[in-house]
Amino acid sequence: MEETGIGIWGVPLAIFAGAIRVSTPFIFVSLGETITERSGRINLGLEGTLVFGAMTAYAVAVMTGSPTLGVVAAMMAGAIFGVIHGWICKFPKVNDIAIGIAMMQFGLGMAFFLGKSFIQPVAPKLPSIALGGWSSMPQLQAALNINVLFFIGAALALFLFWAFKNTRIGLILRVVGDSTDAARAMGIDPDRVRLLATAAGGSLAAIGGAYLSLYYPGSWNEGISSGQGLMAVALVIFARWNPIGCFLAALLFGGAGALGPALQSVGVTQGYYLFYAAPYVLTLIILIATSSPTRSLAGAPGALSLTK
Amino acid sequence: MTIEANPAISIAGKPASLRPVLEWTARRAEPIVIGLAAILIGLALFSLFILAVGKSPATLFQLMYTGGFGSWFSVQNSLSRAAPLLLTALCVALPARLGLVIIGGEGAVVLGGVAAAAMALPLAGTAPVFLTLVLMAMAAMVVGGIWIGLAGFLRHYRGVNETISSLLLSYIAIALMNQFVEGVLRDPASLNKPSTRPLPAEYMLGNIPGMDVHWGLVIGILACMVSWIVIEATSYGFAARIAGGNVRAAQIQGLPVGKLIAGFTALAGSFAGLAGMIEVAAVQGSANASLAAGYGYTGILVAFLARHNPLAIIPVAILLGGIEASGGLIQRRMGLPDATVLVLQGTLFIVILFCETFYGRFKIFNPDLWKRSL
Repeated sequence: MEETGIGIWGVPLAIFAGAIRVSTPFIFVSLGETITERSGRINLGLEGTLVFGAMTAYAVAVMTGSPTLGVVAAMMAGAIFGVIHGWICKFPKVNDIAIGIAMMQFGLGMAFFLGKSFIQPVAPKLPSIALGGWSSMPQLQAALNINVLFFIGAALALFLFWAFKNTRIGLILRVVGDSTDAARAMGIDPDRVRLLATAAGGSLAAIGGAYLSLYYPGSWNEGISSGQGLMAVALVIFARWNPIGCFLAALLFGGAGALGPALQSVGVTQGYYLFYAAPYVLTLIILIATSSPTRSLAGAPGALSLTK
Repeated sequence: MTIEANPAISIAGKPASLRPVLEWTARRAEPIVIGLAAILIGLALFSLFILAVGKSPATLFQLMYTGGFGSWFSVQNSLSRAAPLLLTALCVALPARLGLVIIGGEGAVVLGGVAAAAMALPLAGTAPVFLTLVLMAMAAMVVGGIWIGLAGFLRHYRGVNETISSLLLSYIAIALMNQFVEGVLRDPASLNKPSTRPLPAEYMLGNIPGMDVHWGLVIGILACMVSWIVIEATSYGFAARIAGGNVRAAQIQGLPVGKLIAGFTALAGSFAGLAGMIEVAAVQGSANASLAAGYGYTGILVAFLARHNPLAIIPVAILLGGIEASGGLIQRRMGLPDATVLVLQGTLFIVILFCETFYGRFKIFNPDLWKRSL
């Protein structure tokens, strides 16, 4: 840091770079959860899906040598997790929040069980695009070396924003999420829509996991996710079920997560672990500020059990 | 005319005493039969998984029995592991009576352990042993109670979803513990594994006489019994059950729903905090990162398995303690990863929640059926 004379400016730069680097899994998990929750169901199991996706992507990338195949395999695994969740939740008296916690435990168990032998090998990484070629500063070059999945996530957020409003599928999803009865009256099968929405959400969450193991931090181990999948659920509430809001909120979370390491890199080590808690504290404060005991949250799908 | 020919006499005579028994049996049998069936289905699915990875489920279950309950040694091991689960399961079961899904018990365990260690540091060596332990337990219960009570408070007064907030609080708690253990409370002698200063041996919570099981088991069982009495035999428990069934109805009846929620979540959190104190005072001897060993998460499974009944938590926690105790043996003898137990727990958890859908579907468990036919 010191020898290039960038000094204290390293902090905002590190936060900026960290925001982009750390936010990508949040973008995918929260977009997936938005699709699921817009259909009126909540999936807390995405934490398990994320970790299982990370393991699958890493294992497939090690075995085939192709990170792209790893991402595809993770998507399929995530979709299977979503289908299991969606199928179980369609039965009466089954609590979707509790099933989510159970699926989380199951997903973590399966990932740790099957991934035991992949802790040592090294997988090929996902490609990134160097946007900082014009600069002579290595820090800026590193900060602008952005993974392709970040751009895909950003494009996906725009696409989903458009699709929810302007497509038939988007309309069906919103009707099912707002009123099961209205959907039935329109001749839509709500259970099937929710099953597909949960599967789509699961496969997106698994891409977030693939990014963790194949790009940043770029290895597979049992501590790879510290609740990112669950924080994404809170992030969706904060973003009011709006895909573009999810993208911006994910950037904010990524920046909060990068605060501790950025300050540590310039020598501020006091309270390091408290900075580590920053994203969680931020989420909680946002939840408290935006919730109300008297009215349901603005923009919340009517059939969603989380906000009743 | 014979007596048997008169249906009025024979029906009024015999079943009058049998009817309540049958009704009672039918009602009580439902959760036991469905629960056992769910466990069997879960074990069958898990067997398929073990077969798929090329191992023998029969050997695995046999090892699980040997490691969990096969000898006096392993029974004691299982009981020791059940002790924290009893308390963390209560942290889920009590709020569940009010319709709240609290999953952040781990945070209360961790902070309870740190609070107990912080309380013990100035006292150990000067104050009497019993007083020190009581003060440690109180500190842990207060901190744990505040932590989970906060989730309940936010739920009622701010409308914040308690599942999410308790989980966020749990991650914050772990960060706080790391900060304390690495910072002000750190024992300079602990190098690789930062810890607080160790508790002197005479200040440790000892074993139950004649057993190799610490007193935490007795504390846990007592806590379950107290919780059962609170829920089943006090007006608070009754009010909580009404509020859990229908908040609107409870509010119309003038029940203090907010205070009930804050009180029950605080009580629940104080039990989880107590689990942290026991972990420090009976197992670890100091507060360190081992406090976040997942007791809070296994407690969720125990509570759901026991259908949030504090008395049913006792056998379920011992069963789960046994499964966890056998993990090491399975790892050594069969070469399976330690996550095997986690896969089994996840499978059981999913199947048991799925089987909720069968409650009330089978006529044989319906007390009305017995009323009508007899």
